[in-house]
Parts: sequence; C-alpha cells; structure tokens
Amino acid sequence: MERPHWLHLEDLWVRDGRILDPEKLFFDERGYADRRLDCGGAILAPGFIDVQLNGGYGVDFSTPSEDPGAGVAFVAKKILEHGVTSFCPTLVTSPPSVYHKVLPEVKVQSGGVHGAGVLGVHLEGPFISLEKKGAHPEQFLRTFGGSGGVRPLLEVYGGLDNVSMVTLAPELAGSQSVVEELSQRGVTVSLGHSVANLSQAEEAVRQGASFITHLFNAMLPFHHRDPGIVGLLTSDRIPAGRSVFYGMIADGIHTNPAALRIAHRAHPAGLVLVTDAIMAMGLPPGRHTLGQQVIEIQGLHAYVAGTTTLSGSIATMDMCVRHFQQASGCSVPEALEAASLHPAQLLGISHQKGSLEYGCDADLVLMDDQMVLEATFISGVEVWRK
Amino acid sequence: MRLVILEDYDLASEWAAKYIRNRIITFRPTAQRYFTLGLPTGSTPYACYKKLIEYHKSGDLSFKYVKTFNMDEYVGLPRAHPESYHSYMWNNFFKHVDIDPANAHILDGNAQDLEAECAVFEKDIADAGGIDLFVGGIGPDGHIAFNEPGSSLVSRTRVKTLAKDTIVANARFFGNDLSKVPTMALTVGVGTVMDSREVMIVITGAHKAFALYKAIEDGVNHMWTVSAFQQHPRTIFVCDEDATLELRVKTVKYFKGLMHVHNKLVDPVLTMKNDLS
Repeated sequence: MERPHWLHLEDLWVRDGRILDPEKLFFDERGYADRRLDCGGAILAPGFIDVQLNGGYGVDFSTPSEDPGAGVAFVAKKILEHGVTSFCPTLVTSPPSVYHKVLPEVKVQSGGVHGAGVLGVHLEGPFISLEKKGAHPEQFLRTFGGSGGVRPLLEVYGGLDNVSMVTLAPELAGSQSVVEELSQRGVTVSLGHSVANLSQAEEAVRQGASFITHLFNAMLPFHHRDPGIVGLLTSDRIPAGRSVFYGMIADGIHTNPAALRIAHRAHPAGLVLVTDAIMAMGLPPGRHTLGQQVIEIQGLHAYVAGTTTLSGSIATMDMCVRHFQQASGCSVPEALEAASLHPAQLLGISHQKGSLEYGCDADLVLMDDQMVLEATFISGVEVWRK
Repeated sequence: MRLVILEDYDLASEWAAKYIRNRIITFRPTAQRYFTLGLPTGSTPYACYKKLIEYHKSGDLSFKYVKTFNMDEYVGLPRAHPESYHSYMWNNFFKHVDIDPANAHILDGNAQDLEAECAVFEKDIADAGGIDLFVGGIGPDGHIAFNEPGSSLVSRTRVKTLAKDTIVANARFFGNDLSKVPTMALTVGVGTVMDSREVMIVITGAHKAFALYKAIEDGVNHMWTVSAFQQHPRTIFVCDEDATLELRVKTVKYFKGLMHVHNKLVDPVLTMKNDLS
C-alpha cells in the first residue's frame, strides 16, 4: 500500500466509500471486517488525478456538440482504464459562444461506476500570449481590457461556476487583479502559454497563482540571466507557506527526459503529472479536429496539421506515470504521488483525495510491480478490472 | 517452577508460542467456555506474537473463543499514538488474527476516572472466570507489568508512577527523549497475576540476566516483584542462554537436564485444523 512516501505491506480498510481507521473500528466500535478482498500482493495506491485533459476517444471538450455533458461522461468512463479517478475537463482557447454553451453542461460531480469524478473545468485560455499560443486558435485570444477584476472573464466564460482552474499569461496588462480575484474565489490560477519573465511570474504567484501549465512547453526557455516561468521552481520569492506546482507531460515527446529530470530534481515536491491528452487519445492515426483546429496523429505524436507544432499528447495517465518513473529514476511511490497527492495538494483537496489517509475517499488503483494497472476503485467500489 | 532454557531469542519465542498454542487447543475453547489469556507488550514477546500469527494463518490456531487481558497501558498517551500499547497490540497481534474485538481487553489510560477503570478491569477478569494463562515479561529491575520495585506483592490493578529505570528503558521507543516518555501507567497488580491458574514469564537477553537471578535464585522480595511467582503453583520461565548468565551453573544444568520433560509440553504441536466445532 502506498502511504506518503513509501510502500508497505498493510491492509486498507474502507467504509461508506472512505478510508477507515481500523484501530478506531476495533477498539471503539468493537467491529471487524465484513468483506475481505485479497489483492494478491499488488500495489494499492490513490487513484490518479488528471488536471489537464482535453478529451479523448473522439470526444473534444472544446468542440460544442449536442450534449457536452454526455461527451465528458463518455471520456470519464473510459479513463477509469488508465487509473484516473478524478479529473478536470479542459477547454482550450475558444470563442465565448463555446464557453457559454459548454460550461453550464459540465458540472462538478463525484465519480463512480459511471466514470471518474469531475473536479471542475480547467480553462486553458483565451487570456494567453499570442507568441506562445501553441495549438490554440489565434483569432480567439483575448486580453483583459482596462476594467480590472474578473469581469472580462465572466463575459467571455459566462460564469465561473464549476471552474476549478484558469491558465493565463501574467504579462498581459491587468492580470494582477484577475489573478488575485480568481484566487480569492477559490479558482486555481495557472501560468502558461506566456512570455512572462521571472519577475512577472513571481508577481503572479504573490497574487495567488500556484500552478504552471505544462512546464517548458509554450513559455520562454530557461535562460541563466532570466529563467522566466521555469525559474519559479527554485524562486526564493514564493510567499511563505505556499508552494508552486508545475504540470509535466511525461509522454517522452513533449519534454526531453533530461529536461524532465532537471525540473524534477530542482523541485520534486511540485511535480504534477498531466496527460494534456486530446480527443485523439485512444483513436487510430490520421486527421482529427481539436477545438477550432485540425490535428494529425503519427504514432504517439499529435501535430497541428501541416506543421511541426505539438498539439497535445495522446498518452494515457498510467503511461505517463511509468514513463516518469523510468525517465527520472525516482521511486515508485514518488511517481505515484506525482499523479495523485500532488494534484490533490494543488487543488487544495488533499484531505479528501490523492491520499490513503484515514477519512479520505477510497479512490484507488491496484497495479503490479511494473505499475501496470489491474483495477480501479472509486469510493471503495470496483469500477474497472483488467 | 519450570525453567525452560532455549539457545536464542527466536527459539525461546517459538517455544513460548507453541506452549500457548497447545494450551489453547487442549482446552478446546467454545462459545460457552472461553480460554482467557493475559498478554504482555514490549520487544521480548514480539517474535512470540509473530509465531502465534503464523499458527493462526496456517489454520492451526483460532482465537475466536479466546479472551485476552493486557497487563498494562500508559496513562495520558493518546490511543492512536504509535507507542501506545493499544497500537502495539493492534499492529502486532489483533489485526492479524480472528479475535472478537469485544474480547480484547486493554486498560484505557485516557479514562476519566482511572481508579474506576482499574476496578472495572478486575471485575472483567472475574466475570471471564479468571485467567487461564498469564504471559508476561520482566523488566531489567525485575518488575512484572509495571509493578515497580516496592510494589506490594498482593497488589491489584491500579495506577503506578514509573521508576526511572523503566522510563530510561522505554526512552528508545520515544526517540530517546526522556521528556516524551509517559510517567504513569495503569497496570495489573502482582496479586492479579498471581490469581491466574498459570503464569509464563518470557525472559531473553543478557540485560535481563541479573533480574532473572534475583527473581528465581534469591528470596521473595518486593524490590524484585517477579520473585512473587516463587509462590505460584504453576509458573514457567522461558528464557534464552543469555538470560541465564547470572544464574548458578548448578541451576542451569539442572533445568537443562529437564528439557526432555519440558519439550513434551510443546511436542507434538497440536492443531485445530480437524476441529469441526
């Protein structure tokens, strides 16, 4: 069983979907187990949490359809096979009409046999840098205007209900008050698709930003006299008691393993594995539509059609965990925590998710020593078996 | 008394575990007639518990009809603290076997009224029909449970302040920080253990040798409370070679010569496997 931060041989007790303290059960209630499940010596770990998932299996969260909710539900069910028990459906830069149509249909909800839980939507854009738009459609990028506060966001998005994270570029004028107000509202602010320098990034962190969207990708490269956003990993200007987390797409393509190792060694506690998977994840090679653009799949690579710009990954979360462990040489518990504990800490839900502490939701994955998945559980109920 | 001497810690622990196993099985406990066992904590019985768990997991021994009474518990230490005796018993024994939680009695060191807690414990033992076999260890100062030097040899379950020797000996479980070791404990009395039908004391290691000498070769003395068992009709001391280092050669030779008799108690080792009850 994986308990921060090591593996040990133990039994896990579950009651009413939560992890139970067996000593309390024994000594206070004089109770014992009703049912036993023999896991055969497999590794039992908290279920994975993916905070950046754009779609999969032909569903693109950013493409408006008849029933956006059904699309999210379809993918939510499929990702149980990758050990993901909670996730943030992600919308890339889109016109307001898309946000107004899709957001009300994607509600925060608990997971179960029907699929992984929806923690809230991750809005990646449109308040991002033109220079670092990556695969985002240029015509829908926006700036904050002069009014200050989240009003421009409310206009574009139509509201912030069910939103758990916003990725923005802090160098855009007027970003400070936006970051501050979003943070106060409990929305995680992430820096990404940006040409900010380190000072601008640090200022944003002071206002409340706590995440970096896919480190290294869509930002200025590390420079020894201005490390840019990457410099946040070792910045000494992070307010006391706060931590900066950073997303890494550990698919072997978006980041060179050496770069992955540099980031990991610089700030291991902040590393959050994300898939940034796109609708083509789970689909065969060829051309597909992402947001308002067309992308092309070749093997494990997905490019903006006709270019060499990466448009997102098609790796699954369990593949990312294995690849991260193998590329970084870290321990199995460390690799598992990067996909469970750290994202839970980022979202401020680690008392409930991402951990096997007593009282946490019993969202679990069962895997062999090679970290190949065997089963997934949500609230103590088996929701997928190999 | 019987003095059973085995070569090392593991063999001594195994002998003790086999003895407990055979006693429970020959008793043939049922829902109408439970076997009552007194239990210790600490590093000495650790391997013995492991063996008992092994016997349970192999199907040879069940604790379904066994009631247990632990000797002691710290006062004021949160039950969930890793060094509480509740934690010890849960992690090293209860969670691995099939004992009914209602039958596992441990003194509550956080009770509102400690004296009442002790009185209830004595009553629970009496209600259970007394203790069939009380297993214990010995402190370096010759104490049984927390009956420190000077404890009355007819004492009952009560609150005791721990002696300096004991606190120092326990410091290793609290990061070697003397200030973190509890200073009081609830403990069964010498008299409580003397009331059991049989007593088995497990003593291993050279650091216990002097205490063993005082307990069995010197007089009955309240400064070495284990010596009280010289006056119990059925006591077994199970020890390893190192624990005999302070004994007279004559004593050791005599009891070693009796090993073929002692071993009849553990050989053959019985099993519950074919029991249909």
